[in-house]
Amino acid sequence: MSEPNTCCEEPEIDFVFLDRIIQEEFGGRKEAMIMMMQTIQRHYRYLPEAAMIYLSHSIGVPLTKIYEVATFYASFSLVPKGKHILHICTGTACHLRGSGGMVQHVAQKLGIEPGKTTADMKLTLETVNCLGACAMAPVAVLDEQYHPQATVGLINELLDPILAE
Amino acid sequence: MTTSSPAPDLSWIKKLTRPEDLAAYRNTLIAEQQPDATRILVCCGTGCKALGALDLLAAMKQAVADAHLDVKVAPLVKRTGCHSFCSRGPLLTIQPQDIFYQKLKPSDAAEIVQETIIGGKIVPRFLYKPIGSKQPIEKRSEIPFFAAQTRVVLERVGVVDPFDIRDSIVHGAYSALVKVLTQMSPKEVIEEMKISKLRGRGGAGFPAGLKWESCARQKGRHYVICNGDEGDPGAFMDASTMEGDPHAVLEGMAIAAYSMGSDRGFIYVRMEYPLAVQTLANAIRQAEDLGLLGQNILGTGFNFKVSVSTGAGAFVCGESSALMSSLEGKVGRPRPKYIRSTEKGFRDSPSNLNNVETYANVPKIILNGGAWYASMGTERSAGTKVFSLTGNVNNVGLIEVPMGTSLRHIVYDIGGGIPNKKELKAVQTGGPSGGCIPIPKKFLDINVGFGKLAEIGSIMGSGGMIVMDENTCMVEVSRYFIHFLVEESCGQCTPCREGLTQMERILTRITRGEGEEGDIELLEEIGTFTNSFSLCGLGTSSANPVLSTIRYFREEYEAHIRDKKCPAGVCKALYHLEIQPEVCTGCGVCKKRCPAKAITGEKKEPHLIHQELCIKCMECYRNCKFDAIAIR
Ligand SMILES: Cc1cc2nc3c(=O)[nH]c(=O)nc-3n(C[C@H](O)[C@H](O)[C@H](O)COP(=O)(O)O)c2cc1C
Ligand code: SF4
Ligand code: SF4
Ligand code: SF4
Ligand code: FES
Ligand code: FES
Repeated sequence: MSEPNTCCEEPEIDFVFLDRIIQEEFGGRKEAMIMMMQTIQRHYRYLPEAAMIYLSHSIGVPLTKIYEVATFYASFSLVPKGKHILHICTGTACHLRGSGGMVQHVAQKLGIEPGKTTADMKLTLETVNCLGACAMAPVAVLDEQYHPQATVGLINELLDPILAE
Repeated sequence: MTTSSPAPDLSWIKKLTRPEDLAAYRNTLIAEQQPDATRILVCCGTGCKALGALDLLAAMKQAVADAHLDVKVAPLVKRTGCHSFCSRGPLLTIQPQDIFYQKLKPSDAAEIVQETIIGGKIVPRFLYKPIGSKQPIEKRSEIPFFAAQTRVVLERVGVVDPFDIRDSIVHGAYSALVKVLTQMSPKEVIEEMKISKLRGRGGAGFPAGLKWESCARQKGRHYVICNGDEGDPGAFMDASTMEGDPHAVLEGMAIAAYSMGSDRGFIYVRMEYPLAVQTLANAIRQAEDLGLLGQNILGTGFNFKVSVSTGAGAFVCGESSALMSSLEGKVGRPRPKYIRSTEKGFRDSPSNLNNVETYANVPKIILNGGAWYASMGTERSAGTKVFSLTGNVNNVGLIEVPMGTSLRHIVYDIGGGIPNKKELKAVQTGGPSGGCIPIPKKFLDINVGFGKLAEIGSIMGSGGMIVMDENTCMVEVSRYFIHFLVEESCGQCTPCREGLTQMERILTRITRGEGEEGDIELLEEIGTFTNSFSLCGLGTSSANPVLSTIRYFREEYEAHIRDKKCPAGVCKALYHLEIQPEVCTGCGVCKKRCPAKAITGEKKEPHLIHQELCIKCMECYRNCKFDAIAIR
């Protein structure tokens, strides 16, 4: 398996790896396309163009259809994500406990909109509609580590070491 | 977001090849497991996991190992799904004594084992005390939060180990499936479902028995689909059910499949629920290996294969036709309703779609009879309903109550009232399709059910229930939901796409203090239009958050528009915070908490907020113990 690329240039695409996902894991079925794309995205942190072209040929779905799906669903990204990903939940329970303010604060601090990545590719800021941990609202997740009852102060403590890296 | 896999040891599995094998197998398991022996049930639901429950689980196991107990049962420490009292996590229950310990740390494990398991003594420090009471409660069943519930769907959630099918079988899983396979015809199953008056729990409330009947009538290959998309942000009933008792959902689907002659099922789970996906996938594998799902189930010739699919982050994919098209690997755009999914759904074949909770009710109905189910709840809304109670309420968690329970009972008796001595302002039900019910004014004694909530301008929805206190701005809440829907509208029909965009624009203006005379009427007009002429349920209910808040909180809109004030202190452009010098004790808490360094002051002297630095994060306001900070 090739190392997932985390920086800006097109990563090296490992076609053996793609074949394993498309054919072995999902039996080359068109219906499993969304899940194939999810697996590819988990590996490369986004959907590289070359991989989508290969997917299109492998399962016989036109590239335009693949892009339609990639742009319809919020979880897909056509541009590379940062080395770290901060998710802030903006579900209703979290919103009522101030997650909107946290998003604004981080966006201002980093100078990026939610959904975008810092220019140095260190951090992507994402919002998510509920993680099912509403009792712990507001919830922030940094690189899959949950931070219940998060505050602006806590987020600063989490981000500062990353930004100083 | 991935989760570590508790790799199961499957060496014990021996296929069950006859229906009577299940009861025999269960008896062996019961004999082996000694249900009356002491067990420690550690909650590892999503909420408690976020608070470090897996560390607590590991520490408990270690403490038990270190104590060299002469254990009669294995495992003594068991991982379970959500115990439902999530705001008290990480937590555990010791059975059969029913001792409930809450707010635990991994470092508490050794003491629990030494004192309670070995010494038989309660550790008062870990017990729950109701707000405003000094008297700790020992037994889980005596805590008002639990005592006031009726648990049907949640009966096994938080009790069984969701990663070990044997534990579910001990607690009765798949006995309803055996009953239908051996004693009931498909028609009789549907009849029983009709008698139960169970209405779909996904929001629309269509009678499940009727849906099954109309699907069964169709020719061709049938599909049984479970809607685990749970898009309502702030609701986690279905997540907890899938994570805590996956076999109830699978068994319900298998019974549905039997009743309509289907051999294939899918569960569509939203991608934000990795633990639910993992739990279901493991449960399916174990059930297949035991011969309870898959080919030739229990040797009866009935086949039913289930798989799990994940969504990719689109709220509209919870709508039935969009969900089916997403299952086919396509974009999820709803289609007109005159094509019924029960006739032409997934792969253009007859498909039955129900919600997670709907299926989870089925085994209970089959075992206890439809009449038993219909005897709970009200005439028009039978049975129980699970709600996720969140927001400004003391006891946050999952609750299950008979339909027809009053909001007062839910918010005060079960929910324990509003924290920080604040006033209750509204309860929001039904998520982005629902409305805000103004509580103190009129509706505290309203009974929840399909009809009642619709009458007053909200909907029951799938069960999200968000309690809002006086510091909630209703204009902002409605802007929040409309913004959510703008992002999630699939955009294929104009009233929804454009109507929502315009409503968001107006609401944003109002919350910024740029509202104009006539905005309220304009919102009502656009909202009524959008609700009337959109294609799918997203659009036809999208204005409910706006219309219900205008209906009940018009004066709050007017305050924003005319006086340029946000009375609740939420819309940042319309208020500021001031420390009242005569109240401030100079304790310094606010200064320490302020992330913007906007507060200055000497110890024991009144503090001061520097408005130009303040980012209005409300940290100081929330944490001042002396109520010295005022919204102006
Ligand atoms: C925009 C939209 C989103 C929906 N989301 C969900 C959902 O997340 N879960 C669900 O069970 N039903 C959802 N529904 C309702 C489903 O369309 C469908 O009515 C339901 O799943 C049928 O199951 P039931 O009869 O058991 O309730 C949604 C409907 C709409 C219009
Ligand atoms: S109402 Fe909205 S979400 Fe539904 S089909 Fe129309 S545009 Fe799409
Ligand atoms: S927390 Fe309250 S009492 Fe303490 S210094 Fe701040 S404003 Fe004054
Ligand atoms: S609202 Fe936040 S930023 Fe403003 S003074 Fe209080 S703590 Fe500081
Ligand atoms: S609303 Fe944030 S976890 Fe549910
Ligand atoms: S997740 Fe532990 S009680 Fe709900």
